[in-house]
Amino acid sequence: MAVRNNRLSAEEYQQHFSDIHPPFETRDAALVEANRCLFCYDAPCTKSCPTSINVPKFIKQITTDNLKGSAYTIFSSNIMGGGCAKVCPVEKLCEGACVYNLMEEEPISIARLQRYATERAIREKWPLFERKPSIGKKVAVIGAGPAGLSCAHALSREGIDVTIYEKESKGGGLMTYGIAAYKVTPQFCQEEVDYITSIGGIDIRYNTAFGKDISLDELQQQYDAVYLAFGVGLARQLYIPGEQLDGVVDAISFIYDIRNSGFPTVPVGDHVAVIGMGMTAIDAATQAKRLGAKEVTLVYRRTQQEMPCTEAEMNIALLDGCKIIWLAAPTEILGEDGKVAQLVCNIVKLEDATGGRRQPVITDEQIILPVDMVIKAAGQMPFEQLVHSHQLNNDHGKISTTSNGVTSIAGIFAGGDCVNGGKEVVDAVQAGKNGAKAILEYLQNGNNEEKR
Amino acid sequence: MADISANFLGIKSPNPFWLASAPPTDKKLNVLRAFEAGWGGVVWKTLGSQIKNVSSRYSSVDYNGSRVMGFNNIELISDRPLDINLKEIAECVRLFPDRAMIVSLMADNNRNSWHELIKKVEDTGAHGLELNFGCPHGMTERGMGAAVGQDPEIAARVVEWVMEAATTPVITKLTPNVHSVVPTGRAAVNAGTNALSLINTIQSVTGVDLDTFVPNPNVGGQSTFGGYCGPAVKPIALKMLTTISQDPVTAKVPISGIGGISTWKDAAEFMLLGATTVQVCTAAMRYGFRIVEDLCDGLNNWMDEKGFKTIDDFIGRSITTLTNWEELDINYHIIAKINQDKCIHCGLCYISCEDGSHQAINLSYGNPYNTYTVKDEECVGCNLCKLVCPVDNCITMEEHRKGDEYLNWKEFQRRGLPLNDH
Repeated sequence: MAVRNNRLSAEEYQQHFSDIHPPFETRDAALVEANRCLFCYDAPCTKSCPTSINVPKFIKQITTDNLKGSAYTIFSSNIMGGGCAKVCPVEKLCEGACVYNLMEEEPISIARLQRYATERAIREKWPLFERKPSIGKKVAVIGAGPAGLSCAHALSREGIDVTIYEKESKGGGLMTYGIAAYKVTPQFCQEEVDYITSIGGIDIRYNTAFGKDISLDELQQQYDAVYLAFGVGLARQLYIPGEQLDGVVDAISFIYDIRNSGFPTVPVGDHVAVIGMGMTAIDAATQAKRLGAKEVTLVYRRTQQEMPCTEAEMNIALLDGCKIIWLAAPTEILGEDGKVAQLVCNIVKLEDATGGRRQPVITDEQIILPVDMVIKAAGQMPFEQLVHSHQLNNDHGKISTTSNGVTSIAGIFAGGDCVNGGKEVVDAVQAGKNGAKAILEYLQNGNNEEKR
Repeated sequence: MADISANFLGIKSPNPFWLASAPPTDKKLNVLRAFEAGWGGVVWKTLGSQIKNVSSRYSSVDYNGSRVMGFNNIELISDRPLDINLKEIAECVRLFPDRAMIVSLMADNNRNSWHELIKKVEDTGAHGLELNFGCPHGMTERGMGAAVGQDPEIAARVVEWVMEAATTPVITKLTPNVHSVVPTGRAAVNAGTNALSLINTIQSVTGVDLDTFVPNPNVGGQSTFGGYCGPAVKPIALKMLTTISQDPVTAKVPISGIGGISTWKDAAEFMLLGATTVQVCTAAMRYGFRIVEDLCDGLNNWMDEKGFKTIDDFIGRSITTLTNWEELDINYHIIAKINQDKCIHCGLCYISCEDGSHQAINLSYGNPYNTYTVKDEECVGCNLCKLVCPVDNCITMEEHRKGDEYLNWKEFQRRGLPLNDH
């Protein structure tokens, strides 16, 4: 048993990490699907999209060969509509609300149609948005992730000069560093960031960390407003014995390394346990398998009913050959010579409670998994210290704001994961739009009183 | 099993489905295959002076992803030599004596030409003749086709010439490119035609290519008005058929119905409005001769279900239900009802009623699903919501009469009853 890198050939890496989303091969194929759309009024799909993309409209525009109009409809609501069409849990959002579900029919493949319209726009660099002439106002955005880019784009359209400070060397945030590469390829992430910034008026300063390379004081002096969108980042600890052993990694860093360093350089074990059943757990498990792990087991202390990931996500893991152990709570990691050797889990039973919902109860019964690598995907924590040090009102490190991203400090706005604690990309995009709206209002009136 | 055989002026066919005069019926090879497939009869593609065709010839109208909802052609009458056509017709009649063989004719515009052509065609053993007074393109410029059908006097004269020579039943095919088909229909009947058929194709431009700016079909950078047919024209054909079925003069002769018939249901509708046989073209051009199987099968099953033993049991049955507007019962009132268990909350009923009709549907916002209910007092019973609803029987129209008695507009006016006050 060994944790090692470079397990596969170049072709195998290429194959394992290429885009899993099937495109429509032809215009005809897209039209067949697009023409199924009923063109609902006040459509449930639109209402289920955090960015309120006018789904029936963009699909109708595909049917009339108005692909530019279709892409504009998507991007004007969600500038990351290309990436969201790849990473959104659509079965919980637009496609889950499609009225066809109520007819026991397959919902419209909204995400796939959205990719059809947006990929062409991104690939062919359609200039769909025009920036108004500069109005001489400057805004700093912290973080070139979905919230930051969305806010920056919305501001730039209104003639604001935006500078984004990004601690990494590439934009896209979690899109680029925190999601499985087969869902959004590195090349796509780059193209998406380039497409968003092609409007002009957005200057991204890479490798510049907030609170280290640049301070809030400096920003407040140099800019008319500041938008904080630095996300979350710290992996939640399990607080069980053995967590410090060689071979225990957290999913965030594991995925970051895959996205940042290249597939062959990332070490993976023969027998890998992944703890958790969220999207990140799935992305870690599937990519561990795709990096060449012989056996990958997802361990979750509840059941499929409670799992945070979607069924579609779980199915990717199952199709990749990952195993799932339900109702098992990791209690200890045992090592040999300082390296991971076993994961000890206690079996959990769901017991009827008086309230009706069954409660998990840890039993004495144990299972022991012989593993050489443990990937922890127990969630992410906000940058609590960073938030505290800036005297921003917060809730356990999550910045407190109004619904429009107005913080406790005048001229400072915030949105995305650093406010909500970690939601979907599409939520961050909407937060960025809301933030931009509040910033524009602030720049115009000098305050956000009426929204406070 | 019902008997679906047809007897049209003594011309018998095992079913009422004939292939209309068109490319599928222009040669022995095709006609024999059509008969093998089960078609009851054919109207052989129009014979006359030999002509020359161009390329391309067809164009179509697609709608919401459905192709060839409407179809357009600029082909002329048969471009094959007359003697070959005649020889092949004779062979087809000999090989399939139980099928109807009608030959479509369009002679040059003089008595002798018609007499000569009829003589030659009848020598083949064909069972009947159909006069092409309808072709809207190419031949009209030469004073034939629709140029004849659009002028009752000319039509009557040609029918008279034909009747002087014909010994087999004569069907006059009417053009729809007129204000009303009845004048020409009457003229033809008065001149002695034994039957009528309708409709021929409707003059059309199916569309303009948005890259070349040339309308379809493109013939070397130009186009010309074509003849429109296919499913899109069925409602127009049914209306014209009804006017012929209702007119006291034209109603005296049997009718062969034509115009967008693609299924047994279409055929049954034509027959209910007075057609004894029906002619099919576009659907066969699109899908091939094999469609006749379901035409026969579907009609037969429907007849069994309705208790019809022969097609005569229902031909013309719906004619009298089409009346003038002022005969309609003003007291008849229906109100839409939305079945909430079936509703999928698409909102199409709401927006069509709100923007397109009488603002009679109430929207109660929900997330993500709204609830739609009918405002009974506002509903005029127009059917629009029911028509656009994607779920079968989700919206039904329920009868809520305004009064017990039958009351038409004439009587309504006579009594001086009040009009709407809003």
